[in-house]
Amino acid sequence: MRNRDLAFWLFLTPVLLGLGLVVIVPLIYGTIYSFTNWNGLTADKFVGLEHYINLFQDKGFLNSIWFTIKFSVVTVFLLNFFGLSLALLVTRKLKSANFLRTIFFMPNLIGGLILGFIWQFIFVSVFDDVGQLLGVESLQGWLATTATGFWGLVILTVWQMSGYIMIIYIAYLQNIPNELIESSKIDGANSFQRFRSITFPLVAPAFTVSMFLTLSTSFKMYDQNLSLTNGGPFESTQMVAMNIVRTAFGANEMAYGQAKAVVFFIIVAVISLTQVYYNKKREVDM
Amino acid sequence: MKHKRKKYLGEIVAVLLGLIWLSPFYLMLVNAFKSKREIFTDVLGLPEGLETTNFVEAFVDLDFINSLMNSLIVTGVSIAIIVFFSSMAGYALARNKSKLSGLILLLFVGAMLIPFQSVMIPLVALFGKVELLNRFGLVFMYLGFGSSLSIFLYHGAMTGISRSLDEAAIIDGANKFQTFRYIIFPLLKPISMTVGILNVIWIWNDYLLPSLVLSESNATIPLKMFYFFGQYTKQWHLALAGLTIAIIPVVIGYFFAQKQIIAGVAEGAVK
Repeated sequence: MRNRDLAFWLFLTPVLLGLGLVVIVPLIYGTIYSFTNWNGLTADKFVGLEHYINLFQDKGFLNSIWFTIKFSVVTVFLLNFFGLSLALLVTRKLKSANFLRTIFFMPNLIGGLILGFIWQFIFVSVFDDVGQLLGVESLQGWLATTATGFWGLVILTVWQMSGYIMIIYIAYLQNIPNELIESSKIDGANSFQRFRSITFPLVAPAFTVSMFLTLSTSFKMYDQNLSLTNGGPFESTQMVAMNIVRTAFGANEMAYGQAKAVVFFIIVAVISLTQVYYNKKREVDM
Repeated sequence: MKHKRKKYLGEIVAVLLGLIWLSPFYLMLVNAFKSKREIFTDVLGLPEGLETTNFVEAFVDLDFINSLMNSLIVTGVSIAIIVFFSSMAGYALARNKSKLSGLILLLFVGAMLIPFQSVMIPLVALFGKVELLNRFGLVFMYLGFGSSLSIFLYHGAMTGISRSLDEAAIIDGANKFQTFRYIIFPLLKPISMTVGILNVIWIWNDYLLPSLVLSESNATIPLKMFYFFGQYTKQWHLALAGLTIAIIPVVIGYFFAQKQIIAGVAEGAVK
């Protein structure tokens, strides 16, 4: 019996050390130090809630939260729309179906940083050129304004992640029993009715998964933000992650940055848990 | 007849969408072969000649062989330890049904809620104190961040492996570790593929963590790409050639393993 316990702990030690030293200890250590004047090396004064009060008056930080929320809502909606549409498209009996899956998924394999640089070229050079060629003014000066920066980030993210969400939807689509489809055809349902009453309810769990994934990815986004807009113009497209990185490692305000990071953690945890709870409940009802 | 036309229409729409999806890569590739002036005057057309000098210059400035090796080492070692240690943990947790093991599993799953940005500042400070801001520290960090999802997947897969296999091995005189190594681990191979693929996609492309941990001489491809790009703002011909070079290893990998990659991602998503 004791031997068994020993093996149990031996098998768990490496991952417990990993999680403990990389996630748990820093989280506790950082939370404690967010109440001090910590500069990354030492802290000699307890400042209480000072940083937490300040961040609620920090325009840059509040703006980055608001920008991130707007961005997340739009991308969650578009990603699920495109993800499901692409999944429905490539699960039809098309000759090109397998090839298309490969293509739609491809951007996911190439890092966000690199994709951001490619799209920077497209928005700045190609859009400008096409805009001049066609005389469409709205295509010119992309990424130079807040609105174009926002939509630039949305387009990049949707292009990058739709293929991933597509794969999730395909996995659930393939689990729909064929008899259900057949019998609905015999009953005379048209393809819209079939989608509404059979396909859509049965892929609802995929929505839970993909919403969790898209929400957490868009909330934590950094690489794409850095390489596409670099937060500009005038920090107006700076997302939360970038604001925290720049506060801590750019302005060297470690304790203040960590206070922002704690608030960020609470926001992400609350949103994720609420979303999963709500979606699970809805699934059961159906 | 009407049905057939509808089918053709679907095929055409699908292929058009596929081409739109590919167009960013096309624009990158054709312009990587142009001169600085030609990109300025004609960004959409095919290149007049083939400026292969762009690639040579980018290849040298990216220190590409070195960056590629750094990426391969960091990703390879990280994946190996994540697969090895997470599968052991998933096995131990699945076979010891107790309150404590349930709690430990919950701890790992719960940790997935913690965004990286919430721990990065103290993480860098702490690892800096013990002089672990290097490749060794980085690989250990990847174990810490990667183990949660991996253990969760291994734990799920263990339910499909019968306990009687363990018992038979014990009766034959194998100890716990031998049982795991020779009986269980080989049976976990499909899920190990999934765990490996999901972690490779993330670690290979990660920029933020290496940027906080590694020095430029040990830079991985994304990190080196960032330095390189900063150097060549407004010089798109070189920047695009560099981006093309950086993408090539991924495209080659995808070409050889696309079935496994897509299957792995689907597997990870359903769980």
